[in-house]
Amino acid sequence: MSNHQMRIERVAVFAHGAPLVALDATIAGGEVLTVMGPSGVGKSTLLAAITGTLPPGFHMTGRVVLNGVDVTDQPPRARRIGILFQDDLLFPHLSVAGNLAFGLRPGKGNARARRALIDTALDDIGLTGFGDRDPATLSGGQKARVALMRMLLSDPAALLLDEAFSRLDADRRAQIRDLVFTRARQRNLPVLMVTHDAEDARAAGGPVIDLHPPS
Amino acid sequence: MIRWLAAALPLISTPLWADPDPADWEAVLDAAQGQTVYWNAWGGSTTTNDFIAWAGARIAEDHGVTLEHVKLSDTADAVSRVLAEKTAGKGSGGAVDLIWINGANFAAMKENGLLYGPWAESLPNWGLVDVAGKPAVINDFTVPTDGLESPWAMAQVVFYYDTARLPEPPKTMRALGDWLADHPGRFTYPQPPDFLGATFMKQALYGMIDDPAVLQQPVDQVDYATLTAPLWAFMDELTPNLWRSGRAYPQTGPRQIQMMADGEIDLAISFSPGEASTAIANGELPDTVRSFVMDGGTIGNASFVAIPYNANAKAGAMVLANFLLSPEAQARAQDPNVLGYGTVLAMDKLADADRARFDTLELGIATLSPADLGPALPEPHPSWMTRIEKDWTDRYGVAQ
Amino acid sequence: MSRNNPMGLRHAPALTVALMLGPVLAGLLGTLAPAFGYFPALGRSGFSLDPFRQLADWPGLGAAMRLSVTTGLAATALSLGLTALILAAWHGTRGFRWMERALSPLLSVPHAAAAFGIAFLIAPSGWIARALSPWATGWNTPPDLLILQDPWGIAMTLGLVVKELPFLLLMSLAALPQLRPQDSLRVAQSLDYGRVRGWMLTVFPRLYGLIRLPVYAVLAYSMTVVDVAIILGPNTPPPLSVQIVRWMNDPDLQLRLPAAAAALVQLGLVAAALLLWRGAEAAIARAGQRLAGLGARGTGDRPWQLAALGAAGLSVLLVLLGLAGLGLWSVAGFWRFPDALPDAITLNTWMRHGGGALPVLATTLLVALWATAIALILTLACLEAERRLGLRMGRLGSLMLYLPLLVPQIAFLPGLQTLALITGADLSLTSVVLAHTVFVIPYVFLSLGDPYRRMDPRFDRVAAALGATDRRSFWHLRLPLMLGPVLTAAAIGIAVSVGQYLPTLLIGAGRIQTLTTEAVALAAGGNRRIIGIYALLQTGTVIAGFALALILPRLIWARRRDMRGAV
Repeated sequence: MSNHQMRIERVAVFAHGAPLVALDATIAGGEVLTVMGPSGVGKSTLLAAITGTLPPGFHMTGRVVLNGVDVTDQPPRARRIGILFQDDLLFPHLSVAGNLAFGLRPGKGNARARRALIDTALDDIGLTGFGDRDPATLSGGQKARVALMRMLLSDPAALLLDEAFSRLDADRRAQIRDLVFTRARQRNLPVLMVTHDAEDARAAGGPVIDLHPPS
Repeated sequence: MIRWLAAALPLISTPLWADPDPADWEAVLDAAQGQTVYWNAWGGSTTTNDFIAWAGARIAEDHGVTLEHVKLSDTADAVSRVLAEKTAGKGSGGAVDLIWINGANFAAMKENGLLYGPWAESLPNWGLVDVAGKPAVINDFTVPTDGLESPWAMAQVVFYYDTARLPEPPKTMRALGDWLADHPGRFTYPQPPDFLGATFMKQALYGMIDDPAVLQQPVDQVDYATLTAPLWAFMDELTPNLWRSGRAYPQTGPRQIQMMADGEIDLAISFSPGEASTAIANGELPDTVRSFVMDGGTIGNASFVAIPYNANAKAGAMVLANFLLSPEAQARAQDPNVLGYGTVLAMDKLADADRARFDTLELGIATLSPADLGPALPEPHPSWMTRIEKDWTDRYGVAQ
Repeated sequence: MSRNNPMGLRHAPALTVALMLGPVLAGLLGTLAPAFGYFPALGRSGFSLDPFRQLADWPGLGAAMRLSVTTGLAATALSLGLTALILAAWHGTRGFRWMERALSPLLSVPHAAAAFGIAFLIAPSGWIARALSPWATGWNTPPDLLILQDPWGIAMTLGLVVKELPFLLLMSLAALPQLRPQDSLRVAQSLDYGRVRGWMLTVFPRLYGLIRLPVYAVLAYSMTVVDVAIILGPNTPPPLSVQIVRWMNDPDLQLRLPAAAAALVQLGLVAAALLLWRGAEAAIARAGQRLAGLGARGTGDRPWQLAALGAAGLSVLLVLLGLAGLGLWSVAGFWRFPDALPDAITLNTWMRHGGGALPVLATTLLVALWATAIALILTLACLEAERRLGLRMGRLGSLMLYLPLLVPQIAFLPGLQTLALITGADLSLTSVVLAHTVFVIPYVFLSLGDPYRRMDPRFDRVAAALGATDRRSFWHLRLPLMLGPVLTAAAIGIAVSVGQYLPTLLIGAGRIQTLTTEAVALAAGGNRRIIGIYALLQTGTVIAGFALALILPRLIWARRRDMRGAV
């Protein structure tokens, strides 16, 4: 288990040249930094800047440093920053196992070995035997678990949560949230969580930053 | 190396530069083996298309020649294609190997040096052709063929009518005009520049000119205005009584078959004596339809095939032209169940077995016997057609 | 990032525009030069106005020009008016969903096939007359009535309207949701406006702004159409576009000069008609505003609803009955005039001519599949360039998409052929495919662009976060998710290609025969049995494409619930 760390160094995002949102923070492995703020303040855009998927018309300054490596100029796929959205965004054309396989990095042995890894992952989230299922037939909580596991299988070095629990009902919400935080702590992942729910922030137990619209 | 090249040169050069010599028929057959002949022929009639497909199967079987029928809506398309190739400097390997042609298109190609030959009179089957009895086989609309095209079918103007509606058809142009005045809308003709429409005008002209010999001269050497004045007077009277009052016309000859079957018209012009019988056999016309010719005879001509100067498969084209002159192909073309075209062969030149092919033909109830068909009037000089077409367009082509 | 994106992607938009506009501009140039007497291949290297003089000498010029303008304007105004009426009277109701379902298949019937069907229906010897004779009409032979090929082009206008009405309706339906028409209508109705009046005053002006380009395309098309004009239009004289084709196909190459001049005149006519239309837009808008200002609420909607229903029903009936009639002719034995049905049913015609139609069908499919494949690849490349590199098309881009639909084919295709003649380029299957591509690209792009851009961008972000390259994202995520829209775009592309008459005829120089050119060539012969075969094969090919686009995703995603209908 490596010791991860994510540094967000004076990151500022501009929309069509105008400043939108800025953040300067260091998140240690296993720690959750919660970012709160009203909608429209640019929370999601901030996450897009960190994953390197800013839409056209936006640009950023500052650096994103992951485990001492500056990833700011790396393509999104090479950054190893996992992200979960409020929707599970399971690929509707793939089976549950297919979704997990999409996340699993190549070079983990032959097809049988990969399948075995996926079966283990399914056991791990209590969905044994769900591999061939159509994701559309899963419950909301099951989908969220598959989405989490898909992300974890891609072996990320940091984790971003974009209102990841807001679509779940109260029961599931706590359950999934615990699962995510537990897994992140197990893997010693730095987590940046964007939410507008104070309960999420309390459960995370880490520092909280309130974002305000630029005046 | 040089010696090797020199040895190979004749091998390469023969097919490239030397055209096949029709007098050496064995060599022609050898060269034709494996060639593909693109025959550009009018594709508007399904019966001719079927006949061409049959001919293709036969020459593939006998001589290893592949026939591709390039279906034209107008023969002029093929002429313009050859002309375009010449303009572009494409002196060999042309896209057109054989053209179904006659009249103005032949005259234009001959005049512009677009034809290969002479070759037609060297074909093995040329000896069977009835040159004496059918002078049209060497004079195409008064233009001498000079061996640049080979005849394959005789055509003569006939009219067909439905006896169920019209027991006694008019036998002269004047009578046609009078009948139509009493039965307005029951006759029309294909709209010029369709050749059949222009032929109707020429046929009418024959009936209204004192000395038809002037029609053999180019139009600019005669007093055209005076000679055609009666024709236009006749047409002016006829037109308002035509189908749709002359405000719309069928665009081709075969269109009239459907119109006759629908009962839109009672009388139609055709350039193929067997067309009505063929249509009856195909269930396209009722069996009450019959043919007749106008008193004083009707215009006749021959259909030919010609080879462009830059054709890619000249040998194969000649093999096909020769096959079209064979008694087998000619008898089949004359069968009303197939085409109903007149033969260009002289019966007395045929072997008994070949003559029997013709004698046993059932010509069909709507086809006139050669005796009833009567003598064919020669086609006027091509310039008449061009001029009459233009005048027709000016007078009736914009009848709004 | 560039390592991840093939160089081609960056150039895809430019390549696409070049492929569409290159032939249009080159063709216009090839028309311009001979129109002013420059045609070196014919020994004419100076400039003169002779071609225009020659054109002016043609006695039919005035009537041909008038026909082009009147039929074009009438067909467009009628199609647009009926579209608006149907939407105003019915949109949002249950009845409308039925009308939509009945009208949209008309879009897949090729123009020529629809025209053939209508010709047989309404002719004095057609099915309608047969059904009513002799018991109701007393006709034992068809009446000598000038219904088809009438000098005013009424039959031709009708043939155009039944095809353009569904097109404009579909375009409107694609644009309507963003206008939230139900809200506007509810407000208007709460102010006591009638349904039709309220819709026309509150929704139509905004809708028109969104479908303006398709309307212009309909106008340009209707003014210059050739195949429908040959089948249903007059011949004494024909509309200008038909006469241009005749001159282009004349063995006398000199006639290409007046043909080029006429093509320029035709282009000018279209430009003038578009300006006139634009002016009428402003006038109607002012009148509409004045009407809205008067505050009159409009009375009963019933008559309007019935009229709209009648127009929609008539369009559907004309096309479907026409096709049914052609199908019946293709298996008919002898079929005498007042008989409503043939004496006998026989497969003879299919046996004799079905085999001959197969190679033509093969060529048609070959051209359509190639043109559609090229258009799809370019469209996908452009859309990916837009997504990955932010290369957006903008307003100019969408105008460019419409340019091949706005510049009449008859104005630049002859020029393209002449240009090939001057340069000695060989016209072949490849050139026909490329010519088709010019017209297929706009439709494929317009059809695929919206769903592609609407796809949730977070899917791509998830894939990237999971370490997927752009390439992997495209092949394993975007393309499978877009299977339905891609197949629909392909079916539309095939339909457009199968229906092309002029590009096949002129660029193929008669050597490339497709179902459409063959069917139109047969039209002159008037043999309804064979025309029936070709019209059915033509329609069947297009419908097969749409059917596959509908069925394949359902089969492939049979076990993926969210892939059916969603995304």
